[in-house]
Amino acid sequence: MKKKSKAELWLAFGAIALIYIAVAILEKTVNANSIIFTVLKKGAIYSLVVVSMNLLNGFTGLFSLGQAGFMLIGAYTYAIFTMPTEIKLTESVYKYYEAAVKFDTGIFIGLICAGLMAALFAALIGLPVLRLKSDYLAIATIGFAEIIRAIFQWDVLGPITNGANVMREYLDLTDVTIPFTKIPFPPTLFVFVASGVCIALIVLLINSSYGRAFKAIRDDEVAAEAMGINLFKHKEMSFVISSFFAGISGALLAMYQYTVQAAQFKSAMTYEILLIVVIGGIGSISGSCIASFLYIAASEWWLRGLDMGKFLGIESATVFRSGFRRFVFSIIIMLIVLFFSRGLMGDREISFAGLIKRFNKHAKPAKAAKGGGIDG
Amino acid sequence: MLDFFHANLSYILSGISVGGQYALIAIGYTMVYGILRLINFAHGDVFMCAGLMMVYLSASLPMTASIPLVLVLTVLLGFIIERAAYKPLRSAPRMSVMISAIGVSYLLQNAALYFTGGLAKVYPTIPWLSQTVKIWGSTTKMVTLVTPVLTIILVVLLSLLIKYTKVGMAMRAVSKDFETSRLMGIRINTVISATFVIGSFLAAVGSMLYFTNYASVTPISGSMPGLKCFVAAVFGGIGSIPGAVIGAFIIGIAENIIKGGSSIFGFGGSGWTTFSDAFTFALLIIILVVKPTGLFGEKATDKA
Repeated sequence: MKKKSKAELWLAFGAIALIYIAVAILEKTVNANSIIFTVLKKGAIYSLVVVSMNLLNGFTGLFSLGQAGFMLIGAYTYAIFTMPTEIKLTESVYKYYEAAVKFDTGIFIGLICAGLMAALFAALIGLPVLRLKSDYLAIATIGFAEIIRAIFQWDVLGPITNGANVMREYLDLTDVTIPFTKIPFPPTLFVFVASGVCIALIVLLINSSYGRAFKAIRDDEVAAEAMGINLFKHKEMSFVISSFFAGISGALLAMYQYTVQAAQFKSAMTYEILLIVVIGGIGSISGSCIASFLYIAASEWWLRGLDMGKFLGIESATVFRSGFRRFVFSIIIMLIVLFFSRGLMGDREISFAGLIKRFNKHAKPAKAAKGGGIDG
Repeated sequence: MLDFFHANLSYILSGISVGGQYALIAIGYTMVYGILRLINFAHGDVFMCAGLMMVYLSASLPMTASIPLVLVLTVLLGFIIERAAYKPLRSAPRMSVMISAIGVSYLLQNAALYFTGGLAKVYPTIPWLSQTVKIWGSTTKMVTLVTPVLTIILVVLLSLLIKYTKVGMAMRAVSKDFETSRLMGIRINTVISATFVIGSFLAAVGSMLYFTNYASVTPISGSMPGLKCFVAAVFGGIGSIPGAVIGAFIIGIAENIIKGGSSIFGFGGSGWTTFSDAFTFALLIIILVVKPTGLFGEKATDKA
């Protein structure tokens, strides 16, 4: 990793601050029911889980497919912890069981516990599975995700997880308040802040010495071990941290959806997340974020018409019927996988020096070399 | 012991039958993995597509025409998938090919979702297979009895093919060493295509037997059997055909015994059913930790 100059760093902070200000302004001015907020919220939540998967698949080289399982743990932990005790004791949610968890916590603690619970499960699961190699690891993690789903639907655990029934009436995005006041916090901004902080932590981790060890393991396990990197310790660490953030994004998803059910977190969800990682570029954080927003925007907004009978002004109720959107979408994904396997960003990150360089190349080729020279 | 056997005969019978169906799918996984080192995630969906083809074809054609047509079309589907999605990535890292397989699986499921409109399609009754028969006091469908027999016949035929024909010899060579067999003048692409053709053919046969039992096809009805059959293949030792068959029978029977768990073990209520799928994966993890090469697997030679 090249050392970034101070100017570059400030520019990046500036750009991120601008995004936050833009979201805040947007939320004050545009009607709250607009589709754009759906895209922004869900996009931010997916960014987090996609980045967490990229940490495993792209930076540590562990082909793990258990992300949906950890999201499920996060979502359920959050729902169980933050559901007000009065509601737990009535029959409105726990209809067939007597709730066993008789306390409730705030949103912040709920989110942290969601992450910790996912991390705890990951630590236990990691012990056996991280000794496996590539595709065996993939299938074993899918297996664990399915086992987790079965456990959460088991009726013996009903007093805790409400069996296979829906969890609802926990604290959701509309219940978020500005700390120490009763003023509601803008929901989209909250999602952005929460996943922004988490992604920033992941970026810091990747740029630390641990992150370099992860990359070394990805590039060559044998060489990494020879250089004194403890393979298992670092793999386990990457797995646990990735699951922690997957858990938090699961909790955010639960907040966003108002209701949550174990049946939702199938292996298809992991595949979807993996495909977003591929679209963004395996090993690129900024690519993952961009791809998440693009993916959500395309599937929730731009390609809506494909399902509704009208697209790009063409009307045809027989072709553009329900399901066509996802069909077209999967063809696009296949094309990306086959012909643009590096995705949007490959393993590079967006950098201003790079952008300047690119613009200068078109305008004044002579100065292009200087643009790159900012890097110290 | 005999009482136990009598009381739970229906579970054991359906276990054997499901096991046979799983075996037919598991062979597809184990052969592809043996040659390409690829988990063909799309294989379960090919199986589902075979089911859907049957639904649509039998609506307009007589059964005698639609059965062979389904077999041919499924084989074609498997062949096309290999040529379009896996062949261009032959020299790419293994992870890319696996991602491509996941992409194909996603594509097939979404295509099925679009064409069926997301509804469960009723599988046509194949005349002779869906007859009910009585065996030792428990009624069952003919398919339950036919499946294990048919499975064993097909497996024996396949073993003969692999052992005595030229293609079979080429397959064994390629699975031993990809590069060297290429140097020896084996047409790799033909061999790989042949593998996919055989795998898809068996999946099509399996789908006829499986869906006769379960009666409806949905776009996602291939994914869970697909994963389970891969587990069966790993359990038996990936790359080994008898291993895959035995693994599939064990998983099929165990799964059905768990489904009937409340009556067999006498406790736990309906909760056991939730675990019939999870059990398969628990078995997978146990075998991977204890004996990663599976029951009949060859000694692992690390070819990374």
